[in-house]
Amino acid sequence: MVGAGSLLVSTPSRVFGQDVKPITVGFIYAATRNDYGWNQAHAVAARRIAALPGVKLVEQERVPETVQVERVMESMIQLDGAKVVFPTSFGFWPFIQKLAPKYPDVLFVHAGGLWKEGDAKNTIGYRGYMEEPHYLCGIAAGMTSKTGKLGFIGSKPLYFIFNNCNGFVMGARSVRPDATCQVVITGDWDNPVKEAETVNALVDQGIDVIVANVDSPKVAVETAERRGIMSCGYHTDLSALAPNGFLTGAEWNWAKGGDFVKAWQTGGLYPNLYRGGFRQEMVALSPFGKAVPQNVQQAVLAARQGFLDDTLKLYRGPLKDNKGNQVIAAGQEISNTDNAFKLNVKWLVEGAIGSTGLQ
Amino acid sequence: MALPRYDARNRDTGSPEARAPPPAHGTLSWRLTARRLPTDSLESLLLSLAALAVAAILFGGFVALQGHDPLAVYQTLYLGGFGTRFSIENTLTQAAPLLLTALCTLIPARVGLLVIGGEGAVVLGGLGAVLAGVALAGAPALIGTMLTISAGALAGGFWIAAAAALKHMRGVNETISTLLMNYIAIALMNHLISGPIRDFSQTLKAQSWSIPNPFMVGNIPGWSVHWGLVIGLTFCVLLHLVLRHTTLGFSFDILGGNRRAAQMAGLPIGRLMLLACFLGGAAAGIAGAIEIVAVHGAASESLVVGLGYTGILVAFLARQNALAVFLVALLLGGISASGGLLQRRFDMPHAVTIVLQGLIFICVLASNAAGRWHRSSG
Repeated sequence: MVGAGSLLVSTPSRVFGQDVKPITVGFIYAATRNDYGWNQAHAVAARRIAALPGVKLVEQERVPETVQVERVMESMIQLDGAKVVFPTSFGFWPFIQKLAPKYPDVLFVHAGGLWKEGDAKNTIGYRGYMEEPHYLCGIAAGMTSKTGKLGFIGSKPLYFIFNNCNGFVMGARSVRPDATCQVVITGDWDNPVKEAETVNALVDQGIDVIVANVDSPKVAVETAERRGIMSCGYHTDLSALAPNGFLTGAEWNWAKGGDFVKAWQTGGLYPNLYRGGFRQEMVALSPFGKAVPQNVQQAVLAARQGFLDDTLKLYRGPLKDNKGNQVIAAGQEISNTDNAFKLNVKWLVEGAIGSTGLQ
Repeated sequence: MALPRYDARNRDTGSPEARAPPPAHGTLSWRLTARRLPTDSLESLLLSLAALAVAAILFGGFVALQGHDPLAVYQTLYLGGFGTRFSIENTLTQAAPLLLTALCTLIPARVGLLVIGGEGAVVLGGLGAVLAGVALAGAPALIGTMLTISAGALAGGFWIAAAAALKHMRGVNETISTLLMNYIAIALMNHLISGPIRDFSQTLKAQSWSIPNPFMVGNIPGWSVHWGLVIGLTFCVLLHLVLRHTTLGFSFDILGGNRRAAQMAGLPIGRLMLLACFLGGAAAGIAGAIEIVAVHGAASESLVVGLGYTGILVAFLARQNALAVFLVALLLGGISASGGLLQRRFDMPHAVTIVLQGLIFICVLASNAAGRWHRSSG
């Protein structure tokens, strides 16, 4: 794990003990575990981690992003004897940093990639480059769309949403250069009514593939299925929601956190910050739906291999944004792990219709 | 209670009926509660305990139906709420705001008003505290903290007093108005924190500016419980003394017992109602302010977590007795503190503690009725 070329490793920390001993791992979710979204992606990972030798899992859901999570973490540590906790909601981070120094024998793993120098050493931030599987979704969408018109629904005007959108559009245009993508930012992490309305409006405009970057894309995918168009998933495997129109989906692989658990169990090394795409095993692709023909599957898997080998770069020149400005010059390539570049993506690529919603 | 009736037996007794929240429109029976006979206090206590026991049995049946061992569930409830030092601290922390929000229902109930606007008063109190705290930046820490909390008390107090004014001057039902005002308070806060007083450096979550760090109060030394608990307890004791041993408390009880009698006695009805509601609102406002100065530092959605609504439950279970509020708040605090543990040990849904709270509520209401039936037939 530490050997992975593009890993952003801060000073590795070390703990006592060399043997694999029984360990209790706690997962904390902000909403319900089976939300077909962010939380479910973590619950799936929790089950994989629970299958590791010596690991016992405890879980608590519907914990608000308030000081309440501090109490839940402490309760897990004090009453359940948890030695590793995964508070999975983005907004839990400040509370983790407040509590971590008090419990140096507990490892806190957070899905967000927010760790910076000066933060507690017994905390980890990890996150996946979801733009890579979105690129693959884009390929599937571009090749299966009849109209060449795609739709992207985003929650907040934030950099990773823009990156995902760009990945989706660039993937589609890599196989169908005239493809366009209508972009709608709802402004809310979770607003099922607005998401359903948006899907309906997009279908009425002739769009026939959508992907929704919201906390739970369930409603969007179901609405798409009902309207008879195709959809891609996000966060976790959503194929069951759309038996006819599901293409594939961009999934997190939070189970990578099992490596940190193992390291903590055995006194091994662990990174404080871990980001990555397919190559770093932080993201995954959902199983193909029945609407995806063999040749499309092969094209998608070939592109995935490109990310795995690091031969395919997501951002490569020449590239224009959707206002006509050149953002990457011809011949220039951005490394797939150039996080600083991705953090500054406040634009949408050519082919995306709509704006970021930023002032 | 359509017919006027003179109930001599209830006079000068502390029957649960007399202490239960009187109907919104003052009943015509004489139910003065100033002095209480010990036998009736005992009866009231026994009734409460019986109600709790019945609720416990019903809840045990409920979890058994779900395939769990009720005894193991109760053991876990005890462990999570009271079993270790950490659990007790957790319970006390949960109970602290409930002490104050319960008063928001309890005090107006003494004058015969059923106020359920604690949630809104908490939010207003929090907003008032944030505005005062930010405006007072640079002031000495202790004075700053005290004024910040006072601002919360004023904001919450005027908020609920407004409902009393509507009731007195326009005859608006205070239960409905305070319920609806909760939504107005939350909408007002959401408006303010998403624009006018938003801290734009917090990109992921809409929250207000933060109060200066020196104004934040810490924990009680040696405990991981913040000072809000002490403030809440002090308020309960003071209030108990005022309600029991002053003419003001006596006037409240007369007004709550019989509005017409209070009028005939020449009591300033409007002023008493305004004052009772102001005090109740101020208590909930302080709860909101403490959430700011002891916990969050800024106003956000985190203020809207049902503290006001749980406070109503506490006030009812305490049968409007300011001292009993502490015990009931501890009980409900313990239940909510152990909710997570129940979820983790038994894989029960989050709502299971709400089921238990609801059962307790229903059983206590039923015991009130049972007590009344016992007295009227005995």
